[in-house]
Amino acid sequence: MSYEELLTQTALSDDRFIVMTAENRALVRNIPGKLGNRFIDTGITEQTMIGAAAGLALRGRIPVVHALASFLTMRAFEFVRTDAGIPNLPVKLSSFIPGFLSDGNGPTHQAVEDIALMRGIPNMTVFAPADEQDLVEMLPQIWNCPNPSYIRINTRKTDYQHSPFEWGKAEVISKGTDVTILTYGLLFEQALIVKEILKNEGLSVGLVNLRSLKPVDEQAILTATQSSNLTVTLEDHFLTGGLYSIVAEVLLKHSVTAKVLPFALNEKWFKPSLLPNVLQHEGFTGKQIAEKILGYTTRSVQPEISIPQFSE
Amino acid sequence: MQSVTTHIPGLEATALKVREHIIKMSTGGGCFVGASLSAADLIVYLYSEFLNINKNNLDSPDRDYLFLSKGHDVPALYGTFAELGLLEKSRLKNHLSTADHIYWHPNTHIPGIEFHSGSLGHLPSVAIGVAMDIKIRGGKNKVICIIGDGELNEGTCWEAVLVANAYKLDNLIFVIDRNQFQANMATEDLIPLEPLHDKFTAFGAAVKRINGHSFEALHKAFSAYPFQEGKLNVVIADTVRGKGLPSIERRADRWFCNFNAQEVEDLLKELHGETITQLTSETLVVR
Repeated sequence: MSYEELLTQTALSDDRFIVMTAENRALVRNIPGKLGNRFIDTGITEQTMIGAAAGLALRGRIPVVHALASFLTMRAFEFVRTDAGIPNLPVKLSSFIPGFLSDGNGPTHQAVEDIALMRGIPNMTVFAPADEQDLVEMLPQIWNCPNPSYIRINTRKTDYQHSPFEWGKAEVISKGTDVTILTYGLLFEQALIVKEILKNEGLSVGLVNLRSLKPVDEQAILTATQSSNLTVTLEDHFLTGGLYSIVAEVLLKHSVTAKVLPFALNEKWFKPSLLPNVLQHEGFTGKQIAEKILGYTTRSVQPEISIPQFSE
Repeated sequence: MQSVTTHIPGLEATALKVREHIIKMSTGGGCFVGASLSAADLIVYLYSEFLNINKNNLDSPDRDYLFLSKGHDVPALYGTFAELGLLEKSRLKNHLSTADHIYWHPNTHIPGIEFHSGSLGHLPSVAIGVAMDIKIRGGKNKVICIIGDGELNEGTCWEAVLVANAYKLDNLIFVIDRNQFQANMATEDLIPLEPLHDKFTAFGAAVKRINGHSFEALHKAFSAYPFQEGKLNVVIADTVRGKGLPSIERRADRWFCNFNAQEVEDLLKELHGETITQLTSETLVVR
């Protein structure tokens, strides 16, 4: 099932749902005709859309709002924090083309601090699915939770069959004693490749799909860091405030230490280009990550990375 | 008023070349071709005839400024820069390459770009800051900010008009590329903007509404700068999204296009008056 199919089905069967967009219709192309006046397009007005979503939520609705990740989290930040966060209203933020998915748009469109911003808001819940199946698996619980929620939308397809989503729990793909990779979102695709390459080099490799970043699965992080010689955090986000920071906070909270190698954007935006070129240029292909972990080059072949269906 | 009539053939030839550059950038990942084509004549006119900006004065505090706030029409700007010698033509082939800085929105790695953009409704206020400083220093520079009509949805555009009016910024010109469309649909079908002239007038601006594809009309309007002492200048340039290519003109579904090589070849012929192109590439209508 696709994101749009699930949203359509959910909204048609439960009239608390209102679908909103700040003229970003890529994810809701066919919904206007089906939902009538419960579809609201406010035009290019991210702040007003969030304020209006809060008003609708005040009246018992569950607004599912759509905009590009950078504008939803940054332009409308204070509206999200003040109008949805302070009153703890169930405004559901569907954040389009986050992280590397903004490919050729440039830094204005790069939401690579969204996790840091959103998890800093009291009451807010934060999710980052690995692919479309993972997204659809997670959404019913997210949409029905009483809090505001931030969803880092990722509708890419992978062959991986995800396990059912449990609230606040990570998905443990494999356990390993040499290296464990913690990741979320788009880079799950590359993490699967890293895992294969490292296994072929004889390492015991763990892989965890975090899924939920707030609430975060502290036990999964503690288990991974304490059972592996090396923990790798892999994310298309700034080093500050994302998964690397979350892991550091969890370790400090439980008074434990671990050797952690982060893959993230350190004090820089990424080079705008089509997604496969972005990953190659920034050193985020599975092969590049694996070889950085190993400290040597291998004969492994990087599988082709598909170009996003929607470029902008 | 100076006559621009003798310059018009040259401007038209330049604009045609700029449109060729835009079409050539609409493949291999694509670009915002429709909005670029609507702004092309405007940008060619401003850099060729009105603004004191050239490759030798880019570092001069006395040069004029142009801020491209709508941002996604940057292929028109790069095409103009290439034709006017601000940018090597060969670099246009680097569109979307990690080896250069030519991508879907403007950035200051390209000489002549004053400020990055892409997030709508930012540069009207940046332009205000520059215009304020010019006033403080007693300068004569002109400051232009090109704003999309869809962009006028963003509240910051209207805050900027209020502030420009309060500070009597008659050295600032907001140019609205009124191509009647935002990403997915006609502006009047979503968040109506009309009567736009009256709105700006009510906010205290001196407004001219013209045909944004007529060099004569552009020249007549800009020659009257400053329109009125102590007032923000606003030019509403009525344009056609996709101008020059009948196969995509005024089509809501031709927003961001990634054409194949054959389509690019056919569109270049269409631009020069030959048959209408049969487009088969998937239409991408997302913002």
